[in-house]
Amino acid sequence: MTPIVTIRHLNKTFPGVRALNDAQFELFPGEVHALMGENGAGKSTLMKVLAGVYQKDSGEILVNGQAVEINDPREAQALGIGIIHQELNLMSHLSVAQNIFIGREPRTRSGLFIDVPRMWRDTQEVLDRLHLTLDPRTLVGDLTVAKQQMVEIAKALSHAESRVLIMDEPTAALNNAEIDELFRIIGQLKSHGVGIVYISHKMDELKRISDRVTVMRDGQYIATVPTAETSMETIISMMVGRTLLDTGGPQVPAEQSEVVLEVRNLNRGKVIKDVNFVVRKGEILGFAGLMGAGRTEVARAVFGADKVDSGDIRVRGEKVSIRHPADAVRLGIGYLSEDRKRYGLATGMDVSSNVVLASMKRFLWSQFVLKRQAIRATCAQFVKQLEIKTPSLDQKVALLSGGNQQKIVIAKWLVRDCEILFFDEPTRGIDVGAKSEIYKLLNALAQQGRAIVMISSELPEILRMSHRILVMCEGRITGEVSAAEATQERIMQLATRRETAKSN
Amino acid sequence: MSESTTQQKPKRALFSSNTRQKLLAFASLIGLMVFFSLASPSFMQTDNIVGILQATAVNGVLAIACTFVIITSGIDLSVGTLMTFCSVMAGVFLTYWGLPFYVGVLAAIFFGALSGFISGTLIAKLKIPPFIATLGMMLVLKGLALVISGTKPIYFNDTPEFTSISQESLIGYLLPDLPIPNAVLILFVMAVGASLILNKTVLGNYTFALGSNEEAVRLSGVNVDRWKIVIYTFAGAICGIAGLLIASRLNSAQPSLGQGYELDAIAAVVIGGTSLSGGTGTILGTIIGAFIISVLTNGLRIMSVAQEWQTVVTGAIIILAVFADNMRKSK
Repeated sequence: MTPIVTIRHLNKTFPGVRALNDAQFELFPGEVHALMGENGAGKSTLMKVLAGVYQKDSGEILVNGQAVEINDPREAQALGIGIIHQELNLMSHLSVAQNIFIGREPRTRSGLFIDVPRMWRDTQEVLDRLHLTLDPRTLVGDLTVAKQQMVEIAKALSHAESRVLIMDEPTAALNNAEIDELFRIIGQLKSHGVGIVYISHKMDELKRISDRVTVMRDGQYIATVPTAETSMETIISMMVGRTLLDTGGPQVPAEQSEVVLEVRNLNRGKVIKDVNFVVRKGEILGFAGLMGAGRTEVARAVFGADKVDSGDIRVRGEKVSIRHPADAVRLGIGYLSEDRKRYGLATGMDVSSNVVLASMKRFLWSQFVLKRQAIRATCAQFVKQLEIKTPSLDQKVALLSGGNQQKIVIAKWLVRDCEILFFDEPTRGIDVGAKSEIYKLLNALAQQGRAIVMISSELPEILRMSHRILVMCEGRITGEVSAAEATQERIMQLATRRETAKSN
Repeated sequence: MSESTTQQKPKRALFSSNTRQKLLAFASLIGLMVFFSLASPSFMQTDNIVGILQATAVNGVLAIACTFVIITSGIDLSVGTLMTFCSVMAGVFLTYWGLPFYVGVLAAIFFGALSGFISGTLIAKLKIPPFIATLGMMLVLKGLALVISGTKPIYFNDTPEFTSISQESLIGYLLPDLPIPNAVLILFVMAVGASLILNKTVLGNYTFALGSNEEAVRLSGVNVDRWKIVIYTFAGAICGIAGLLIASRLNSAQPSLGQGYELDAIAAVVIGGTSLSGGTGTILGTIIGAFIISVLTNGLRIMSVAQEWQTVVTGAIIILAVFADNMRKSK
């Protein structure tokens, strides 16, 4: 059988970075081929070259054995290559049909107008083929993220002869049921002979759906192995080029230590319903649940980012009123958003500006002039302590990897000397190597006596890190599980316990 | 007017905009008219209504041009002085060179499109932010209009048909009771045409798409730069028509006019519910917005409110309109 795609000796350089160095890749019809590597390994770049988003410097691409030049996304589409980018790339103000047919709208006979009824029909056909229940006329902005993801897939596959579908982290924002739905579609495409390239950091998913895995590191090809016959550990060690130290399970704090944060009867509309919990000094409290269970909302409410309907919050035993994030910060509460780029960092600014952003007051002469020396000294200290890999303190944050960006957000709250830290999906979009460093850091922070609340949708992460686990479903806390008795099954059971099935 | 009402089924029909946004603006317009007609009996008289319609024509046409640009999440500050520049060019072709009437009309539209093409190229190819690119063009065109005309008005006395563009009434000729000037007819024809283009054609589709998510459009294989230039060129051509309307009404090209018109046009677009962040907007909303501004100006004048206070009220209304729109969206 000829591969549909063969990539050989591919090189691509960006200013100052060698993104791809003699990379290679091969894809057969009907195959799900996982592409793995740490962030910055060149997976996305390689696939963007194949999809015509970037142009290669040298090397060759063969489609069905024929050498091809792919200069822009349109040419890739003509060759039957579709891509679903890591960030959703949809026009939220436009309908499903408009999104799917952007760039090749069917015209009326005169050629002047768009043939809207036909566009709806064609869209319906595409959706039916994928067994998707969506209305072509709905505005994309009104859909859930999962449905939007489906629109992306439909868009990528709507071209007459889609033979290759590239998915870059398609499950990052999906819950388990939605992931199952996605995998069903992938299985279906597979049986139709579509070759699928699947980029993901989630090991368990790869085991479930991929046939082969190609590992990349530092822009180079490392190896291609059959998924079924290769252990996770082998793949990970190929990715990082070393064996990772397992930090082991959570260290249970010695005693029932002092309660630093107590939340009572917190309510906010339909998203937070009578939430009660305490966090102790030196513990990591895990918040588990499905997407949209209300965990982020609780964190935001405690942090003063959203108004609540009712609820009492006590910090170190004292009743406090938190109306704005500024109040929370003053009380030593820090919140690390799940969306670092949007809410956590000023990505256009340099490392040192970001690190001191939340504690400016400490670095001012006469409340006005910046103390440059002090800022740099503090930053240098934290860069060293957290092992942030950056060429200098003046590096723009946008140019750093996800793991290092996350460490900068952590540094920001440590400079502010926060004792209570909410981590919302702390390892989202971070590769395995950096993940274990973040875990180490969280453990260290807890040992220093800080109280940590960790919200995570990844169960293995919750189980590995938390001393205690609270599970939420539809705005309510449905149960508490100690580290000792926690299992994935137990947590999932609580995470799906809806109001009607509530027992007591 | 809206094609959305026939589709009952899911949320909204494909190409329609938010109907409620238009209703809000429309209700404010009706409210204002009721208020002024109660406050002053002369408000509702035919002469006054025709006056309002006439006064809306130029701003309405400029606002149509701005609607396209603003939906792409761009801005065009040059529409006012471009309008003047185009009327001066019509004067050059007709009065200076004595060319036939239609050549002057085509010249005005051509120079409008040319200027839009230049703005679009600066924005798409040279990556100059729309605000800066069109601010620059605004000053360039203002200067050029003064230089070419020698800072003096150019009168169209040799081409008597020129004034009929704006001032005579085709409708009044057919229906003597309705002496609606041609300028208003042109505004409505253009509004309907622009609405069709915005909602039914590829040009309109990309106008919305660019404003919604430009990067997504690029990654879909669409030549984003080219379409941006097309949209600015199209808007420029519309400004050329506005130039003809105003020159025809004044029977002269007034080179010192124009600056400030862009703000009225943008205000009309914003009052009409088009978001400055792009992706949504309607021509109908814009036209209603333009009428709200002229009804307000006219009504306050009839009530003998001082000119200075009229400006204050107009400003407050713009802020109020956008605030109301935000409130509606956050629900």
